[in-house]
Amino acid sequence: MKDLAKALPWIGPAVALIAAVVLFPVGLMFWNSTRDISQSGVDDGGVGLANFATVIGFQYFWPILGRTVVWVVVVVGCTLIGSLALAALLNKAFPGRRLVRMAVIVPWASSVVMTTLVVHYGLEPYFGIINSFLVDVGLISTPEGYGWTRHPGTAFAWAMAVAVFVSLPFTTYTILAGLQTVPGETVEAARIDGASGPRTYFSVVLPQLRGAISVAVLINIINVFNSLPILRVMTGSIPGYDADTVMTMIFKYMQNQRQIDLASALSVIAFLVVIAIVAVYVRVVRPLEEV
Amino acid sequence: MTAITDSGTTPRKATRPPSDNRQRVRKYTSDQVPLGSLLLRLLAGLVVLVVFLLPYLIMFFGSVKTKAEIRSVDPTYFPTEWHWDNYVTMWSTPETPLAQNLISTLVISLCATLLVLAVALPASYYTARFRFRGRLLFLFLVIVTQMVQPAVLTSGLFRQFIALGILDTWAAMILVNAAFNLSFAVWIMHSFFAGIPKEVDEAAQLDGAGTFAVLTKINLPLVWPGIVTAVVFTFVASWNEFAASLVLLTTAGNQPLSVALTKFVGQYETSWHYVFGVSVVAIVPVVILFMIIEKRLVGGLVAGSVK
Repeated sequence: MKDLAKALPWIGPAVALIAAVVLFPVGLMFWNSTRDISQSGVDDGGVGLANFATVIGFQYFWPILGRTVVWVVVVVGCTLIGSLALAALLNKAFPGRRLVRMAVIVPWASSVVMTTLVVHYGLEPYFGIINSFLVDVGLISTPEGYGWTRHPGTAFAWAMAVAVFVSLPFTTYTILAGLQTVPGETVEAARIDGASGPRTYFSVVLPQLRGAISVAVLINIINVFNSLPILRVMTGSIPGYDADTVMTMIFKYMQNQRQIDLASALSVIAFLVVIAIVAVYVRVVRPLEEV
Repeated sequence: MTAITDSGTTPRKATRPPSDNRQRVRKYTSDQVPLGSLLLRLLAGLVVLVVFLLPYLIMFFGSVKTKAEIRSVDPTYFPTEWHWDNYVTMWSTPETPLAQNLISTLVISLCATLLVLAVALPASYYTARFRFRGRLLFLFLVIVTQMVQPAVLTSGLFRQFIALGILDTWAAMILVNAAFNLSFAVWIMHSFFAGIPKEVDEAAQLDGAGTFAVLTKINLPLVWPGIVTAVVFTFVASWNEFAASLVLLTTAGNQPLSVALTKFVGQYETSWHYVFGVSVVAIVPVVILFMIIEKRLVGGLVAGSVK
């Protein structure tokens, strides 16, 4: 215990910050999820699990949950496939590669809100530039614009496309870091044995990327599950609940309906999902093995 | 026996750098690659370049168009007239006090970065250098905070900050940004501290330097790249934070740009040229900052699991 006392001045501030801004709100959230809290914020006493019953009993709850699964699976899946291709390209030598690597970083550094806003504008009926482009190349035929952002289905689909776009940089860089640990000898050996390019990639390179891929996929699952800004911008102005995920629903409870007790109950559910994914991460990736 | 092992390992170590070099030469020269596949890579690279920059080019071209042009029914790809004065007039648009929003973003990001540095630097140094009971628990806690993002905790934070009387203040978002970016900073600096041989510290200690002096005089210059990475990452992440700011900052003037700009959506007559002008101003500096730490970004995010 003496060594811990000696460590405290060094790690104490970090522990205090985490305790005050991460752990305490978690506890408070669990507590609030069992209370009846009025719209003006007055705690009207305990209600057991009634808030959870209300949240799960909401007629759009199961569709929202299903949509959240679609959101995570499609976005993470497409991101992984795109990133594997991108990383393979960026790992090869060609003039201007550095420039391309820098371009890939731009959506990562940029505010997701601002990136989504451009796409939203581009899809606006009548004056959206993406609409106009799609008409010019003959993919759609309505020059006044298709109401992409007015219908929950199409707005949600475009939101998924934006989510893939902004998730690509991190995933590509993680896989690229993994690719750099693949020994050149193994690739060379496969080539000497007469394996084709794709064959070498799928049976020699890809298995060695398993570590990098599991890290990238698990972190992406959490990020995409927690993502708010893209859907907020793309589908936030559509009435109803046909384009919501768990995360946007939490914010609707909190802001539109001012029901912090229901928001807390749904947040607790979301939090448990996140913790489950973190548990998988810790088991699969074993991040503390070598520290 | 020891001598044999030593002589057995030394040549292997000695031959490593040349073999690395050979690999490097093979990887980075293009003269062995057939011209056809080189052109194919070049073409693919060009496509990637265009796709990744396209939204930001649309943003830039839009930012110098007039309101009439950006809202015209037959939209133009490039501005017919370049209205650089948009970058002056946009700050006084009625939708939201953008100048104040910029100041809020700046103050919150700078203070959060300083707080992270003050808290993470000693923690990462000590956990990399010393073994103590609770060390793994602490590092585990740090990893978990990286994965649990503020969005899922906003309902708790909202009630907590009301109780503390700091709802709708910069202090609230400084704390949130600092707490949730602490993890990246601790990990990236931890890995740099761990990379410094312990003998360096011991030599300094023999010369009579205390733990604090060893940290500031001996270690800091060596972990400088790690500190820069931590500072840049925290600053950029705080700069772009959205979910917690949306709920915890209720007064328009206190909100960061990310929240302020969403107010333009769904307006009857959105001033898109201003949205894009502000976006360009907000994006260019952080993209440059990110490019500086490009090579070290992954290390802090995956907590040493991809080497």
